[in-house]
Amino acid sequence: MARMKFLCDAERCIECQACVTACKNEHEVPWGVNRRRVIVMNDGRPGEKSVSVACMHCTDAPCAAVCPVDCFYTTADGIVLHDKDLCIGCGYCFYACPFGAPQYPRQTAFGVRGKMDKCTFCAGGPEVAHSEAELTKYGTNRIAEGKLPLCAEMCATKALLAGDGDIVADIYRKRVMRRGGRPQTWGWQAAYGQDA
Amino acid sequence: MSAESELKRRQRRWRSMLWSLVAILVLSVALPSLGYVMAQQVYGTEREFSEERATNPRADMWRDARQGQGGFTTQTGPYVTDTLITNVGENWRQIRMGPMITWGGWFLIGVLVLIALFFLVFGRVRLEEGRSGMTVVRWRAYERALHWFTAISFIILAITGLSLLFGRAVLIPLFGPQGFAAYAQGAMYVHNFLGPVFSVALLAMILLWIRHNIPNRTDWQWFKQGGGLIGRKHPSAGRLNGGEKVWFWVGVVLFGVTVSVSGFVLDFPIFGQTRETMAIAQVVHAVVALLWIGFFFGHAYIGTLGTEGALEGMTRGRVDVNWAKQHHDLWYEDVLAKGEQPVSVDELEKNKTARQAGGTAGQASH
Repeated sequence: MARMKFLCDAERCIECQACVTACKNEHEVPWGVNRRRVIVMNDGRPGEKSVSVACMHCTDAPCAAVCPVDCFYTTADGIVLHDKDLCIGCGYCFYACPFGAPQYPRQTAFGVRGKMDKCTFCAGGPEVAHSEAELTKYGTNRIAEGKLPLCAEMCATKALLAGDGDIVADIYRKRVMRRGGRPQTWGWQAAYGQDA
Repeated sequence: MSAESELKRRQRRWRSMLWSLVAILVLSVALPSLGYVMAQQVYGTEREFSEERATNPRADMWRDARQGQGGFTTQTGPYVTDTLITNVGENWRQIRMGPMITWGGWFLIGVLVLIALFFLVFGRVRLEEGRSGMTVVRWRAYERALHWFTAISFIILAITGLSLLFGRAVLIPLFGPQGFAAYAQGAMYVHNFLGPVFSVALLAMILLWIRHNIPNRTDWQWFKQGGGLIGRKHPSAGRLNGGEKVWFWVGVVLFGVTVSVSGFVLDFPIFGQTRETMAIAQVVHAVVALLWIGFFFGHAYIGTLGTEGALEGMTRGRVDVNWAKQHHDLWYEDVLAKGEQPVSVDELEKNKTARQAGGTAGQASH
C-alpha cells in the first residue's frame, strides 16, 4: 500500500500560486479558508525561497492527538482526514499543527469557529465517495478516481510532488544527485564568479 | 625537633600543590596551542579554512524555517499564518496529552480519596453543644444569590471543561463518537458563553467580600492550631476564619483571576493573539482550573458534609448560635455588639407562615 506524501522542492518553486488556485477552485473552498498556501522566506532578498505548504498528513499527527472528540483518522494510504460531523470547532488542532494547516470558516467572539477544514490530499472524507455530502463538506475525491492531488498535478515546475512517498523520495533524490548538494556548486558565486 | 620537621613537611606539601596548579594552568594553554603551531608549520599561515566552512544556504533556509522564522504569504484569512513550521504545537501537545491529562486526572481522584479518608478517620465536625434553637443572620440574600450563582456556574464550567480534557478517554467509550461529539459541541458553547459571565460574578464576589478577608493575627493563631479540623480545639475566628481566607485569596482571587484571564485569551480569538499565546493560555487555564477544582472539593466538603450546621448559613442565611460560638466566636460577639438579637427557629417559622398568608391574601385582592 502506498504511503502518500507531499514534497515541495524549494529549489524549483517559483511562487506562482498555481497550487493554491487549483486547490481553491477544485474544492470550491470559501474565502478566508486556505487549504494550501505558499510561504516565501527572505522575500525580496538574495536567497529567497518559496515553499508550498498544506496539511503534511503526518504519521503521528498532532491534530489527531489533541482532538477532544477524536474526529481524525488516517486512511490506508496514510492520508489524515477528519469527520466534520464530529468536529466541534474548538481550535485545538490549529494550536497543535506545526504547519498551520487547520482552517475554520469564522473567527468570532466566544470561540465560535465553525467546522475545521483542511487539505484532504484530494481524498474527500468519511462520506460515500463522490456523494453530494462529500462534495459540500470536503470537496472532490480525486484519489477515489485514481488521480493524485490537483495542486501537484498543476505544478508547472514540478516543484510540488504528491504521491507514494517512496516514488516521491526517488524523484527528489535523483534531482539532488544531479544538481549536487555542496554550496560550492550552486548560487551566484558559482554561476558568475567570485566577484558577483 | 619533631615540630620543626612537621612544619617543613607542611611547607613542602603546600609548595608541591602550588606548583602542580601552575603546571596545570600552563599546560592547558600550551598543549592546545601546540596543535595550532604544528598546523601553521604544515599548511602555512596563508591557508584559510573559513571559506569552505560557509554554511549551505539551502540548509540555512530550512534551519530558519525549523526554528519558526516567519516568511511572507499572499494568502489571507483569520487562520492563515506566515510561518512554515511552528514548534509550540508539539510542545503543547506533549504537555496536554502527557502530564496535564495524566497528573491532572490522578490529582482530582487523589483529592477525592484524601477527603473520603479524612471523613472516615476524623468524621464530621459536630456541634458540641447541640443546637440551641436560636439563630443569627450569617449571609444576606444578595450574598447567597451571588455565592450560588458563582457556585453553580463553577460546577457547570468544571464539568464542561473536564469533558473537553478527559472526554475522549472517559466519555467516548461510554457514549460513542457521535454521542460524545454532540454533547461536546454543546459543552463547548456552554463553557464559552458562561465563562465570561462567571468571571463577572467572580469579580463582584471579590469586591463584595474582600473587606472580610483581610488577614490578621487571629488567623495566624487559627492556623497554628490546625483550624480545629483535627482534635477538639476551637481556635477563635472572625466572620471568616483562616481557611476561608485562604480559599478567598488563593482559590477565588489567584486561581479565579488566572483562569478568567487565560480563558478570555482563548474565548476571544479576535485580538490578533497568536496560536503560541493561545496554546500557553490553554496550559495555564487547564492547569490552574484543575488545581482550583481540587481546592473546590475541599471547600465543598467543609461547607457541607464536613461541618455540622455550616451549610444552612449559605442556604437559608441563618446559623445556629452554638455553631457561631463554636466556629466564629469573635464574629458572634460582633453580631451581638451591633445589637442583633438571636431569633428562635419557632419564631422564624411563625413569621414565615404569617408572611405567606399575608402574601396570598394580598395577591387575592388584586
